[in-house]
Amino acid sequence: MTIWNIFSILFCLAGGAFFLAGVVGMLRFPDAMSRLHALTKADNLGLGFIVVGLCLRSLVVPVIIKLLLIWLTVLLASSTACFLVGNYILQEAEEKPQEN
Amino acid sequence: MHHFYLLMAMFLFLTILAGLLRVFIGPTKADRMLAAQLFTTTGTAICLLLAEALQLDGVRDTALVFVILSIMAVAAFVRRLEPKNPGGEP
Repeated sequence: MTIWNIFSILFCLAGGAFFLAGVVGMLRFPDAMSRLHALTKADNLGLGFIVVGLCLRSLVVPVIIKLLLIWLTVLLASSTACFLVGNYILQEAEEKPQEN
Repeated sequence: MHHFYLLMAMFLFLTILAGLLRVFIGPTKADRMLAAQLFTTTGTAICLLLAEALQLDGVRDTALVFVILSIMAVAAFVRRLEPKNPGGEP
């Protein structure tokens, strides 16, 4: 058990905590806009911590580059998706203002 | 050491099961889509953890496919259920 493994475990645990926070927020936040906030936290920070932890575990350069590219793709995809869904929610609220 | 990553993947799977509740009770379609989006990210993390725990390099490519399919799913959702007047013009 080297020092890298200990840091890897710590980063993975932090990522798991952010995923747990994302799910709890998804279940408990009152409306869809605040659920977007919980979702982006889990997307960006949770997966980011897990990717960093796995990078510290493998310590092989091609694997690290691939993991970082996957995380970058997740960042791009999640921000685009949240923009689209938020836009959709706003347009729907404008169409039916009496239901809010 | 790899048992830790397996346990971590199992924990993330349990969070997916908890989040399924939002898919059932979600009042609007956007809530259900957001929950599905969260599942995709969690599934990506599970794939990465399993790739490390089981020493399967191909599973990382599966994670990448998950990400790309998730953004396509959201784009299709927004296009299909678009309100009648996009842009808010009366």
